[in-house]
Amino acid sequence: MIAYLIRRILYALPILIGVNLLTFTLFFVVNTPDDMARMQLGIKRVTPEAIEKWKQQRGYDKPLLLNSAASGTDKITDTVFWQKSASMFALDFGYSDDGRSIGREIATRMGPSLAIALPTFLIGLMAYVSFALLLTLFRATGLDMAGVALCVLLMSVSGLFYIIGGQFVVSKLWHLVPISGYDGGMGGFKFVVLPIVIGVMGSVGSSSRWYRTIFLEEIGKDYVRTARAKGLSELAVLFRHVLKNAMIPILTGVVVVIPLLFMGSLLTESFFGIPGLGSYTIDAINAQDFSVVRAMVFLGSLLYIFGLILTDISYTIVDPRVRLS
Amino acid sequence: MSFMPVILWSDALVFMLLASGVVCAWYIRQHEHLLLPWRRVAQSSTAMRSLLVLSLFLIVGLLDTLHYRVALPEKNAGETVYSPEVLSAFDKLVTQLRTQTEKTYSAPLAITLYAKESITDKQGNVIRDYPRLRYGGAHLPDIQQRDGDVLWRALLGAAVGLMIGLMIAFGSRRWLSQRDLPLRPLLITMLTISAFLGMLVNLAAAYHVLGTDKVGQDVLYLALKSIRTGLIIGTVTTLVTLPLALLLGIAAGYLRGWVDDVIQYVYTVLSSIPSVLLIAAAVLMMQVAIDTHPHWFDNSASRADLRLVFLCLILGVTSWTGLCRLLRGETLKLREMEYIQAAQAFGVSSMRILTRHIMPNVMHIVLISLVMDFSGLVLAEAVLSYVGVGVDPSMISFGTMINGARLELGREPMVWWALAAAFGFMLVLVLAANLFADAVRDAFDPRLNRTTVVA
Repeated sequence: MIAYLIRRILYALPILIGVNLLTFTLFFVVNTPDDMARMQLGIKRVTPEAIEKWKQQRGYDKPLLLNSAASGTDKITDTVFWQKSASMFALDFGYSDDGRSIGREIATRMGPSLAIALPTFLIGLMAYVSFALLLTLFRATGLDMAGVALCVLLMSVSGLFYIIGGQFVVSKLWHLVPISGYDGGMGGFKFVVLPIVIGVMGSVGSSSRWYRTIFLEEIGKDYVRTARAKGLSELAVLFRHVLKNAMIPILTGVVVVIPLLFMGSLLTESFFGIPGLGSYTIDAINAQDFSVVRAMVFLGSLLYIFGLILTDISYTIVDPRVRLS
Repeated sequence: MSFMPVILWSDALVFMLLASGVVCAWYIRQHEHLLLPWRRVAQSSTAMRSLLVLSLFLIVGLLDTLHYRVALPEKNAGETVYSPEVLSAFDKLVTQLRTQTEKTYSAPLAITLYAKESITDKQGNVIRDYPRLRYGGAHLPDIQQRDGDVLWRALLGAAVGLMIGLMIAFGSRRWLSQRDLPLRPLLITMLTISAFLGMLVNLAAAYHVLGTDKVGQDVLYLALKSIRTGLIIGTVTTLVTLPLALLLGIAAGYLRGWVDDVIQYVYTVLSSIPSVLLIAAAVLMMQVAIDTHPHWFDNSASRADLRLVFLCLILGVTSWTGLCRLLRGETLKLREMEYIQAAQAFGVSSMRILTRHIMPNVMHIVLISLVMDFSGLVLAEAVLSYVGVGVDPSMISFGTMINGARLELGREPMVWWALAAAFGFMLVLVLAANLFADAVRDAFDPRLNRTTVVA
């Protein structure tokens, strides 16, 4: 198992290097630092000196890949690529345009992001699986048809609608919770409850339908017939056999997103004013702060790859036949 | 009045897509076995109903794609000068909606503005009241007559619409009855739609059916214009996705070895970046390029349009990986099949095996995933525009409508109609697309066992 994990991590390295090169190409080659400086300083009436100064302040005035003026290892390390892009492997994300350490921002903003994303994920998972099991139990009846129709309807509604509508009804009309804001500790409960409910609502349609398909696929298999022939009740068949066997496809889709929960949800966080990583990203996009976007891209793919490894490990837990070697 | 046709980049792509669609349809018509699953789609009443709704959207979108520039009356040294404003055939059709702008907000079907203003009455006194609209209900002398007029117009419009619907149904009865179609549900849906459309047209002639927005633009016009943007995002993106996924997926699955490794590496890298972030990064870079090279574009319409095309390109580049993985897996499975091995043993070239034997057998996956992706892309446009990495802010789309209107709910008194219109139109479009996609999947997926065999 340990050897397998080491190998997986080694496999992950080239992918991260690829991501790194891709973002480097996007942010420094497709558009040169000069373009970015011109963009930040205003398109017209910008002097070459101002551009040079802007680049120098942010360390973009070095050569991109190879510094032929330097000597020794500085040839490679004293470049934009090494200092801005490759340094991310050491989790050194540098500074944002307003001069703050991105690494520290990420560390402080992770908490609020998780406070929303983790409950949304857990409650959502339970809600979707239970709803899907209910539909499976009543399969091919009117209830099932109505449920599927409801799912299709719910998944056709824009996610923005749930947020805007929910905020309007619950906060503005009913005054149940504040419209937006965040507070640490128990006082924060009233701020997070609506985003969580809306987050769960947002994917009820697509997720429940997907789980229902998985359960229906399992229920046609031979072991289910055997279990029924043995005289087990339908509920026991569903919970003890079908749910257990459906774990592999469920885990495949679910475990990958667990590490990504740190990233938070862009939309929810910005609408509800939660100071998490999602709103950080949106603010950076709006302010065209490229160093933050680059950092988030790298962090996102790092977490995704971590999620893939977690998925493999989780298989061994639910399915004793799976051995990692 | 003379005009000059304008073909924007997105128009050209839409025409290309349309042409390839027609070619595919013609090819399918020639081959009975390819027609078979489509017959199953045609038998499903949900599919046909949603197709009817979709085709309405499609007509609006296509009319909105025929762009032109009107010639200005004054001439410059004998040469005709064209207006810089790019219009479309659809704009021409709804000129009234486009040009009859009010001063500011007005509620749906209202005949007065939404807020009180100081107005001078006939006696010369200044009073605070709701001023009448310039166009909405301007034919009514008295405010009290509105409800009756609205009702009468709605009924009349619905009746005329119903009549036209019945006439169309009567005219096409022979054509329809020769085909194996769910006639009754189709007829009911068609009559409902035509009655609704008649009502809408008759009301829109005298009122702002969905109200007006902050600058007095008719919301119905904005919503109808958004359709084209949504459709383009949903369809043109496939022009990018399809060749990438098809070529690379099949190549990886069939050739294996280092080709497979390289292709797998590329799509793992791309799919390991959360898609919103990748799109955001790419769009930001595109913005920089557009802003630093203003001389690339001769007018604002072409800039907004090119940005839309780029957005489709970026969405395509970020979303081909899923389909590619599916196709690779299927090709890996297919290439071990006996008929492929037989072809190899006969010395058929790889190219021919790929095009004759593998490609046709993965087409159902391609089709299913394309129709399934469509609705997701339409929804994604709204989200991306909200995040600030969507279409150009000057381009009318569901995203820009929602983005512009989302703060209006907080106003006192609140303005809800622009949001409701954007969400409502989007819901209808996406719901119809989802239902149709489900029917297509059911008809094409070989894993679903079917008992009814169509002769």
